[in-house]
Order: sequence, then C-alpha cells, then structure tokens
Amino acid sequence: MSTPKALQQPASLRLASASFLAFWCLIAAFPIFWIAVMSFKSPVDAFSANPLDVIFGPTTRADGDGLSILDIVIGLAVLIAAVRLAFTQLPKWVDRLSPQGMTIVGWLVGAGAYAVGFLVVFFGILPAVLGVLNSVTGPLGAPVLGLTAEHYYSVWIENGFWRNFQNSLIVTAGVVTISLTVGTLAGYGLARSGSNLAFWILIIALIFRALPHSVLVAGYLPVFINSAEILRPILGENAPTLYGQPLAVIAVLVAINQPFTIWMLRSFFQNIPNELDEAARVDGCTHFQAFRWVIMPVMWPGVITTGLFSFLLAYNDLLVTSLLLDAQNQTMVPAIAGYFNRETTTTDQVEAVAAAVSITAPLFLLVMIFQRQIVSGLTAGAVKG
Amino acid sequence: MKFRTLAWFVGPSVFMMLLFIAFPLASVFLQSFQITQPVVETVEVETCTPGFLGQTCVTETKTTPILDENGTPQTTTEWVGLLSYARVLQLDQVGAAIASGTLGSILAIDFWKALRFTLTFTLVTLPLVIGLGLAIALAVNNAARSIRGQIIFVSLLPFIITPVIGALSIRWLFYGDGIVTALLEDMLATDISVAANGWAIELLMMFYRVWHVAPFAFVIFYAGLQTVNQDTLESAIIDGASRFERLRYVVVPHLMPLIIFVALIHLMDAYRAFEEVVGFSSQAHRITLQWLTYDLLEPDDAGNRAISRASASAMLTMIGIVILLIPLLRRTWRDHKGSAH
Repeated sequence: MSTPKALQQPASLRLASASFLAFWCLIAAFPIFWIAVMSFKSPVDAFSANPLDVIFGPTTRADGDGLSILDIVIGLAVLIAAVRLAFTQLPKWVDRLSPQGMTIVGWLVGAGAYAVGFLVVFFGILPAVLGVLNSVTGPLGAPVLGLTAEHYYSVWIENGFWRNFQNSLIVTAGVVTISLTVGTLAGYGLARSGSNLAFWILIIALIFRALPHSVLVAGYLPVFINSAEILRPILGENAPTLYGQPLAVIAVLVAINQPFTIWMLRSFFQNIPNELDEAARVDGCTHFQAFRWVIMPVMWPGVITTGLFSFLLAYNDLLVTSLLLDAQNQTMVPAIAGYFNRETTTTDQVEAVAAAVSITAPLFLLVMIFQRQIVSGLTAGAVKG
Repeated sequence: MKFRTLAWFVGPSVFMMLLFIAFPLASVFLQSFQITQPVVETVEVETCTPGFLGQTCVTETKTTPILDENGTPQTTTEWVGLLSYARVLQLDQVGAAIASGTLGSILAIDFWKALRFTLTFTLVTLPLVIGLGLAIALAVNNAARSIRGQIIFVSLLPFIITPVIGALSIRWLFYGDGIVTALLEDMLATDISVAANGWAIELLMMFYRVWHVAPFAFVIFYAGLQTVNQDTLESAIIDGASRFERLRYVVVPHLMPLIIFVALIHLMDAYRAFEEVVGFSSQAHRITLQWLTYDLLEPDDAGNRAISRASASAMLTMIGIVILLIPLLRRTWRDHKGSAH
C-alpha cells in the first residue's frame, strides 16, 4: 500500500528526521564502542587526547602488539561466518539433537558448546595459523593496527576477575530461578482473581517498587551482621552469619524484584484467555493442575521476557551487592567500583576499562538475541498499565 | 477463585515481600529513633615514670569499652527520639544560616546538598527524557521499515548497559584529557577541567541519565504510535491541520497515558539516583539522597557503620517517595472503584 499523497512528507522533513536519527544512534553507541576500543590499547594510547591515536594505537604497535591487514581480513571473515552459522545452523542442530520436551536444556547446552568451540577456534587455532601466514606474506603481514589483550589477561587471570564472574553467575542464576518460580504463581493468582485482596497486594507491590533500595539495606545490615546471635536460639550452634553470603543476597534481590515481576507476569497472564482455564476446570483439573498443564505451556514467552528483566536487575545491581557481600564473594559490578576508586596509574584505569567491557559483553549478546522479548516486556507493562 | 486458592498461589511471593521489604522497613523506622553503641566505662589510670628525686605521675581518665565473656564489646541500645533526625537535618545550622541571611551555607550540610541536587536532577531530566524519547519514536516511525530493527537494537544499548558502566563510559570521554574534552578545548581554545567543576559534573550526570532512560521512553512511545487512529489523522488532514497541529492535537493526546506512565517511572527512578555518584566520583561536589544513606551505611575508618543516622536519612528520603506516589495511588484507586461498578 502506498502512502496517500497528503501524508507524504517534504524532502526537507525526511532529511531532518533521518539525520536526527543518525545523530541519536551515534550518541547511543559511541561511548560503548569507545570503551571497547580503549580496552585493547596500551595505556598511553588509550588515554591519548587524539582520537586517531586511540583507534590505531601507535604505541601499542611499537610494543609489538598489532594486527596486520591479513589478520583483520581473515578474523572478520571467521567472525561473520561464526555469526551466520549461529543463526542458521545452530537452531537446526539443537532441534535435531535435543530430546522431546527438553528444548530449553538443549538450547543451553547447544549455546554453551558453540561458545566454547568458537573461543577455541578464534583464540586458539586462528592466532597460531595467522602467525605463520604473517611471517610469510611480507608487507600484508606487517602490523597496522595496535591491539593488545594484555589488560584482559591481567584483569581476568592475575586480578582474579573470574572469581567475581563466578559469583555474578551464582547470584543471577539464583535470582532468576527463584523470582520466576515465586512470581509466576503469584502473577497467575493475581491475574485470575478480581478480589479486593488481589488489588491491594498489587497496590502495595507498586509502593514497594518505588522504595529506594538503600532504605531496605539499612534494615538488613544490622540483622545480617548479628544474625548468628539472633538465630542461635532457633538454629543452635550452626546459626550462620548472613552478612557476606550469596544466598542471603539472592533472597534480598528476589524480594526487591518481586513487585516488578508480579506486575509484569500478571499482565502477560491477562493476555491468556480465561476460557482456557475454564475448559481445563470443566475437564476436572484443580486450579493448580490447570496452571501447570494448560497455562504454563503457553506462557513461556512471558516467562522468558520477565526472566530477562530479573536477570538485568540482579546482574546490574551495585548497591545491594556492594553493601551485603564481603570481599571474596563480590560480584562483578561492585568489584569494578573498587577498581577505579584506586586510580593510581593509567594501567589500573585501562584495566578498569577492560573489566567494564567484560561486564558489558554478555549484555550486548543478550540484546542481540532477545531484542524482541525486551521490547515486548517494556511495552507489556505500559500499554495496559 | 476462592480465597484459599488465591492464598496458595500468592503466599510465597507475599511472604518474601513481607520478610524482606515490609519487615526491614518497619525495623528501619524503629532504628531511626534508637542508637546502638558500645558500653564504655571511664577509668582513672595513673601512669608513673621514674624521674629525678621521685617519680613523675600523671593521672588521666580513659574510656575503654566493656567486654563481655567472649571478649567482644558489649553494646546498648537506647531510645534517643529525634536525635538522629536532628543530626541529619542539622536544623540549628539551617536556622542560623537563615537568620544571618547566608542561604548558600545551608547547602554545605550534606542532607540539604543531596536534596537540592536530587530534586534538580529529577525535574530537569524529566522533560528531556520525554522530549527525546518522543522525538526518537517519531523519527523511527518515519524511517524505512528495513532499518528499524537495527535502530532499535542500537537504541536499546544505553538502556540495557549496567548503570555504573554507562556512567563510566561517559566519564572516560570527558574526565582528564578525554577525547571530547580535548575536542572542546581545541574549539574554544581554553583549558577545561570537567572533574574539578561541580556544575560540569552535574551536567554530565544529567546527560548520562537522559542517555540511559530515553530508549525506554522511546520504545514505549513507539509502541503507542503504532495504534494511533489513522481515520482521525486523515480527518485532521481534511480539516486542514498542519503537520505540527496533527502532532499536537491527535498524536500527543493519544500518547498521553503513556507519557504519564513514563513520567512516573522516571520520577521514581531518578529520585533514587545512586550509580551516577559512584560512576562519576562526584561525592566531593554533588551527592544524591540515596548515596547519602549508602555512605552512612559504609563502614568508616574505625569500622563503625552509622546505622541510626542512615535510618533517619532513609526515612527522610521515603517522605519524598510518598509525596510522589500519592497522586498515582489516588488515580489507581479511582480506576478500581470505577471498574467495580
């Protein structure tokens, strides 16, 4: 269908709109792109005032770390091939190999195996092959673009960032699992009950959503620090000190997340027609059976979307984790806050940049894969709320 | 659905919220009227050092914490009424400042400084977020269908990124000789030091917040734009409405509920701004209310946490949230009453 003539826009307006959009995309992406570039350069280049020096990295190249034209061409080709493979072949393999009803597990295993395979090829085999090729090809093999991964090496291996990564994994996995389990039950109950009680629960949840998190943490801290003494009458000598425990933080984040989770899941449940429950009930299901066997199978898109937002909350949290976790259980985000407060040398700062990029990379992948779900999740609350 | 069934479904969630949100809230309220501190006793100690013709003796009083049988200091908790609030608000100094006519010195007190900045920050970013979000939504709606997916992808990045890291990525562009600062210095031929200027940091923090939240407003407005009634638009054209008038009288009224929704969410979130202070290391110049509570909760050099003052400042922060929520709750209540009939 072509646009009616009256609705067609003058060229000047179209141009203005397009250039505004281009400008916005530049502003949106530039800071993130720039820290990614900085993280691969030696400190002198990374904090150089000349943007070209940051991109081409003359000092980094002079130190002997750089990519030749050949490296760039072949590396890009492998990268593009890997992405295409992931979007075309991987779904087929997963479908064929995963057993009935286990598609989610199949995807997890498939994606994990693919990631490992990619890492081995890209960082293990490729550099070795290219090293040989570069020495043979002469001018094509001479480095033109300064690039070094040493900051990533020192952050992840020497400074033990992998431990923070592990803690982040534990905390986020725990938060997502528990808040979805608890949240789907509550969301379903609230969506199907029109009673005043349900209304009040939702309103109170809305108030809880607006609370500053520091208010809650001020309530937890004294209790958590002294929990061993408080719990001793009940649990005996094994009473734990909750301060510093990942499990305690998981519980706290789940609770903070609950108001948002039940509001979002409720609006997804409301999209599922009531007749579906009624049919199941007529066939003799209890409420819970109807929920488990009839409603849940059609609810997966909503659950995945809500899970994404729970993941983001747990992964991005700084306030709760930095106050309630001790040094050895720290997750990635508070750990990086420790980095740049030190700020002694420029090397420290570039390492902080590398750590920041490491934290952002999984989020970048997440948006790539789940863009549709994120958009639907954002609009689900608004359009009906 | 019967009450019992509802209770089974909702039970775990309500239990979690009671235990980890309602209970801490009540305990913070109580804590703000109490002070817990180690029990100390004053002892007179006489120390003598040998000197010429007899000893030189000095008697001094020392305060030492009383230890219990495990060797840990005993603590007492006493009710102090509004003392912690008075310490946070420092009303006597405020009164003195008003009396002497130097209103500026009120802003030297942490709480008032934080309140001033938090309110400015929230109210200045609000129209910017809504305006920018609407502009992007209109522009994307105008763009070719084939590139919309990519534009939405790029636009989502600032929203999805960890807040501290988003703030850091902008900080690295500006602080020291960051490339944007270097560019500005070249253009204006002056020396600019962003990190040393309170107002420059304030601008950067607001810029970061708009950059971070505008995508959220954009996505919601964009979804709303898809449902604008085309017939109304066409009749507006027939009636001779200009492009701007159509936007002003057809599109914006259609989006009004969404604009209110985005505004409310933004007010709630900007009022509890915290990550900006950490990301831009702005505590010497600008602090927010939530950061104030956080700072009081962090152990100081002696390892003590000022829990009661933190509780008082937290309760004071809450007052703002309550004021913010009242209109929203009244509206929801009216809707609920309306839908019941």
